[in-house]
Amino acid sequence: MPARVTTSSLALLVALIGLTLYALTYGQVALPFGQAVASLFGSGDEMAGQIVREIRLPRVLAAVLAGAALGVGGVLMQALFRNPVADAWSLGLLAGGQLGVALTVTAAAFAGPAAVAFLTLFAGPSITLAAAGGVTLAAAAMLALGRRLSAITLLVVGLMLGFTAQGLTSVLLHFAARAGGRVYGGWSDASFAGVQPETLPGLAVPVLAGLVLAVATAKPLTSLLLGESYAQSLGVQVGALRRLALLTTVLLVAPVVAFCGPVSFIGLIVPHFARGLAGSARILPLIPLAALGGALLALAGDAIVHAPWEQHFLHLNAILAIVGAPVVILLLVFSPALKGWR
Amino acid sequence: MLTLDSLSVGYRGGRKPVLGDVSLRTPAGRFVCILGRNGAGKSTLMRTIAGLQPALAGKVSLDGEDLAAMRPGLRARRVAVVLTERPAIPALKVDDVVSLGRQPFTGWEGRLSAADRDIAAEALHRAGAARFMGRYFDHLSDGERQRVMIARAIAQTPRLMVLDEITGFLDLPGRVEVMTLLRRHAREAGVIVLLSSHDLDLSLQLADEVWLLDGHGGLNVGPPHQLASEGLIGSAFDTPDVAFVADRGRFELRA
Repeated sequence: MPARVTTSSLALLVALIGLTLYALTYGQVALPFGQAVASLFGSGDEMAGQIVREIRLPRVLAAVLAGAALGVGGVLMQALFRNPVADAWSLGLLAGGQLGVALTVTAAAFAGPAAVAFLTLFAGPSITLAAAGGVTLAAAAMLALGRRLSAITLLVVGLMLGFTAQGLTSVLLHFAARAGGRVYGGWSDASFAGVQPETLPGLAVPVLAGLVLAVATAKPLTSLLLGESYAQSLGVQVGALRRLALLTTVLLVAPVVAFCGPVSFIGLIVPHFARGLAGSARILPLIPLAALGGALLALAGDAIVHAPWEQHFLHLNAILAIVGAPVVILLLVFSPALKGWR
Repeated sequence: MLTLDSLSVGYRGGRKPVLGDVSLRTPAGRFVCILGRNGAGKSTLMRTIAGLQPALAGKVSLDGEDLAAMRPGLRARRVAVVLTERPAIPALKVDDVVSLGRQPFTGWEGRLSAADRDIAAEALHRAGAARFMGRYFDHLSDGERQRVMIARAIAQTPRLMVLDEITGFLDLPGRVEVMTLLRRHAREAGVIVLLSSHDLDLSLQLADEVWLLDGHGGLNVGPPHQLASEGLIGSAFDTPDVAFVADRGRFELRA
């Protein structure tokens, strides 16, 4: 690893640890810092322990995992599509995953109470699988389109596909609810607060597997930055690489959709910051930077959402949009990177 | 030694092969120019030889090894390509692009050894691209990028280099410089260099050997002066407006 990658990674890690401690300490109930840390290790006041270990810690870990998954997913998608505005949210993969879950829930609702009970019993794995199906279909569709469309057109098509899938999801869940089998509410907003201590492994295991695979695909994906023919001439089996990168993206993204909903903008903007910090588009150094950067951004958004506001919580995607959308606008207007990809 | 053995190239489902039943042998260290009109099949032939697309029939072997049957990772150590397409690669530095040429020789991380770095630096020098080191690839002009891509191919330390119409964006001195550096590299490193070009004048002056595609599925091979004196250049390129004059070695308008 080049020195600047190591330094930046360490700086991001320190910031992430600091923010984690902040998020565990402050909220609707402010705890003394020492007590929050003590209750992490099972000592101290019982009430404080419950708040920290059972409410805040799962939420914080979910934010860190989901942010890392989306950040690294963005790096993979941008390399795979050779498109600087590609990410799971912007190309409609997250909405596709939601639609997959909605279809499954609706099917269960119409199939009868036994199916609903089954789905509820295996809630974690079954909704993740349903989301994975939706994400895979959306990704395959976008890959097929990506060969024909320019970078910006693909972005617009992806956003429209996302709206379509979200509309369908909403309508489906309306009927599923009427049929009396509403298992999961439709997430029109993203949140890390829905993750329980017992569902956390369902999020963590696929995401960690995805991160390992991402590291393994880094070298051939860097060659793919030169284009398909050059990658092939460098010994990369492009078809196999595409499938592996797609599988990795699904592993990273599907559990996020299933447990946290459509978290916007993180995957789109974090890879750009990572490239800025690394000073290079080589994929391997980008993975730690994008994972830590994504985690930091997700946790920061979550910290703002759960700050002790007088009235109710803010919406996570509102915060991410305020940060993310201007970055995307700047990219579209000023990025020299986009010129070649137009 | 590059051997084409009854090679037919083209696209499956096409009515007939772009180029049919070609057999030839080219020894190491040769600088070969591939000439032919647009659509004669230069790119198809070169992509097939480089293993980027399958042959319709026949085989291509390099030093006795069948290139199509070779593992892609191993083929990448033998054959390097430079293509017409101009990749836009945001945030990739010239050094990164050139060191990608060492990827077939590195482990899963792609970490470069000191020897790999030396080879990459040497390749940049050979391609006349050393002064671009440390700059972003996307900030270079078309001609400069082409030199970096040549350096990347040299860094791959191949036995066969396949370069498809890479001199199009260069002015005349630039083209002469690139073609002479490739010829020098062929001689010094014992590499076979295949270059397709629309630069007839330069190609006929610089090539050790010319592969001339006649546009009707045939290929003539020989030293440039021989093809010229046999009138083959003329029959491949002449139109009602322009004709090749063999004893002057150039095209003239039929006024």
